[in-house]
Amino acid sequence: MGAARGARRRGVIWEVFRQEREGQPFQHGGSLEAPNLVFAEAYAREFYGRRGESFALWIVPRESVEEVREPYVAEVFDRDYRRVDGYSLKVKLKEARERAGTSPAG
Amino acid sequence: MNAQELLRLADDELILGWRNSEWTGIAPFLEEDVAFSSIAQTEIGHARAWYELAANELETDADSLAFDREPDEYLCAPLVEMRMADDWARTIARHWLYETADRIRIQVLLNSVDRKVAGLAEKIDREETYHRIHAEMWAERLRDEPKFRDAVDELWPYALGVLPEEQRSLFCEAVERDESEAIERSGHTEGLRPLWEEMTMVRRSVPGASW
Amino acid sequence: MTEAEFEAYVQNGGQVEAGDAMPEDYRKALVKFIEMHGNSELMGVLPEREWILRAPTLQRKLALTSKVQDEVGHAQLIYRVVEDLGKPREACLDDLVAGKTKFHNVFHYPTKTWGDVGVIAWLVDAAAIISQKALLKCSYAPYARIMKKICWEESFHILHGRDVILTMMNGTDEQRELVQEALNRWWGPLMQFHGNPIPADDDPMFRWRIKSQGNEEARQQFLDGYVPQIWELGLTVPDPNLRKGKDGVWAYSEPDWDELKWVVTGHGPETERRLGFRQASHEETAWVRRAVLADAA
Repeated sequence: MGAARGARRRGVIWEVFRQEREGQPFQHGGSLEAPNLVFAEAYAREFYGRRGESFALWIVPRESVEEVREPYVAEVFDRDYRRVDGYSLKVKLKEARERAGTSPAG
Repeated sequence: MNAQELLRLADDELILGWRNSEWTGIAPFLEEDVAFSSIAQTEIGHARAWYELAANELETDADSLAFDREPDEYLCAPLVEMRMADDWARTIARHWLYETADRIRIQVLLNSVDRKVAGLAEKIDREETYHRIHAEMWAERLRDEPKFRDAVDELWPYALGVLPEEQRSLFCEAVERDESEAIERSGHTEGLRPLWEEMTMVRRSVPGASW
Repeated sequence: MTEAEFEAYVQNGGQVEAGDAMPEDYRKALVKFIEMHGNSELMGVLPEREWILRAPTLQRKLALTSKVQDEVGHAQLIYRVVEDLGKPREACLDDLVAGKTKFHNVFHYPTKTWGDVGVIAWLVDAAAIISQKALLKCSYAPYARIMKKICWEESFHILHGRDVILTMMNGTDEQRELVQEALNRWWGPLMQFHGNPIPADDDPMFRWRIKSQGNEEARQQFLDGYVPQIWELGLTVPDPNLRKGKDGVWAYSEPDWDELKWVVTGHGPETERRLGFRQASHEETAWVRRAVLADAA
C-alpha cells in the first residue's frame, strides 16, 4: 500500500473485508473508490455481495489500516517454548507409565 | 387486481429497467456502473414477476407479454419512456422521483385483497430498499447541482402521472413539492416506438423461436 | 535485493505486494500488462451492451446485463491494482481513448447478430479464462488475488454462453445459421487471441513470473477444450487444416499475425468508433466525477 499512499487521491479508497459465512474470519476482498461511507457501503454491497457470496462486510478507509510486515524481526534466541515443537514428551510419558505399571503390553 | 393494472406495473418496470440498462458500461464511474446495473436488473426482475401474475390471468407467458405486444398496447407511463442515457442528472432525477412514487403505490399494494399481489408487493418492497437508499444518496449529493434541480422540475409533472390521482398528495408530501398538472398515462411519447423496435428486433427476427 | 536476487525470489514462488521494493522494469511491465487487461474488460463491454437492449427474453436480458456488469466490475478491480502501482485510473482512461495503450484484438470487431452474443460468451470468454487461470500464479500478489474473483465470476459467463448457443442449435434452421455465421467470423480473431508463440526464455514476463503460460500452450488448451464442443453440435470450424495430431497437438492454419498486429495497434474495424464512444460518454459524465469524487466528504 506504500506506493498508493503518495498518489493524488480523488475520492477516498476504502478497503472491504468480507465474511464468507457466519462465524468465519473477515478476509480482505478488495478496495473501491467512493466519496463517503454511504456510497462506499452501497458499492461494497454490490461488489462483494450481489451474488449473496458474503455474510457480512467491514468497510474501512484505507488510511485507517495500518500494515505491519514481519511482526517479529530477527528472532535471534530460540523461543521454542512458544511452539508445539518445543515440547518432547514421549520419553517422559514412557517412564511414567512404566512406574505406574500401566505400560501397554509388548 | 385485474390484468390491466398488473401490466401497468410490469410495463413501467420493464421500460424503466430497459432505459436504466442503457447506462451499463458507460456510467460516470466504474463503481457506480456496477451499482446502477443491479438496479436495472432488479427492475427487469420485478417486471417479470408482475408479467407472470398477469400471464396466469391472460393464459400466456411473461415473455410474450413483455415482447410480443404492439407499442400502443403497452401501458407504461411517459416518464419511463424517455431516453436519458447521455444525461446523468435527468437519469438520477427520474430515478429518485420514480422510486419515491413507486414506494407509495407498493405500500398500497401490500394491503391488496389479492394474496398473490400483496405477497409480491412485499418481496418487491424489500428489494427496493436498496433502490431508495441509492436514489436518496444521489439526490443528496446532487442537491446543489442546477442540472439536477432543473431535471426534477422538468420531470415532476411526468412523475405525478405515474400514480393514480388518489395517491398523488402522498407523493407531494414525500418530495415536498406542490401538486401540479400531471402528464397522464393516456398516450405514449415518441421515444417508445424506437425503443420497442430495438427491444424486439431479435425476437421478431425468428417469430415463435426459443432463445 | 538486486535484480538478479529479485528474479530468483519470484522464480522460487516469492510474492510481491504493492508496497514492496521492486525493480522499476518489473513495475513498468506489470502496469503495462495489467492496464491492457483492464482496458480489455472495459472495451469488451461495448460490443455486448448493445445486445442487452435487444435480448429476446427477460431471462436473457437479465443474464447478459449481469455478465456485462461483471466485466465492468473486473475493470474496476484491475484498474485499482494499476492505481496502487502508481498509475491513476483517469490516466489509464485518458491513454486508452487517446490510443496510447492497447486492448485485446477481439474487442475491435463488430457484433452483428444474436449469434455473436452466444459465440462471444461461449468461446471468447473461454479463451480469456484460459489466460486468466494462468495468471492466478502471478508473482504480483494483488493481481493474483483479484484473478481469483474474476475467474469465479467468469464461470457463470461460460454457462450462459453455452445455454444461448444450445438453445439456438436446438431451434430453427435460421437460428443455427446465425450461430455458424457468427463462428465463421469470430474464428480468425479467436485463433489470434492468445498471441503468436514467443520463446519463454527471452520473455521477461516469464522470468518475473508475471505470466506463467506460453501463448501456444494457451491456444492448444483452448482448441482441446472447445473444438470438440463445437463439432459435437454439428458446427463447422472455418479452417480445413484444423485437426488433432496423434501426439495430441492440434494443427491449424497459421493465424494472420499481421491482422493481429494491425488491429491491436488501433486499426480494427470498430476501434475508432468504440474509442470515440468511450471518450464521448466519459466527457459527458465528467461533471459527475467532479461533483462526487473531487471533494470527498
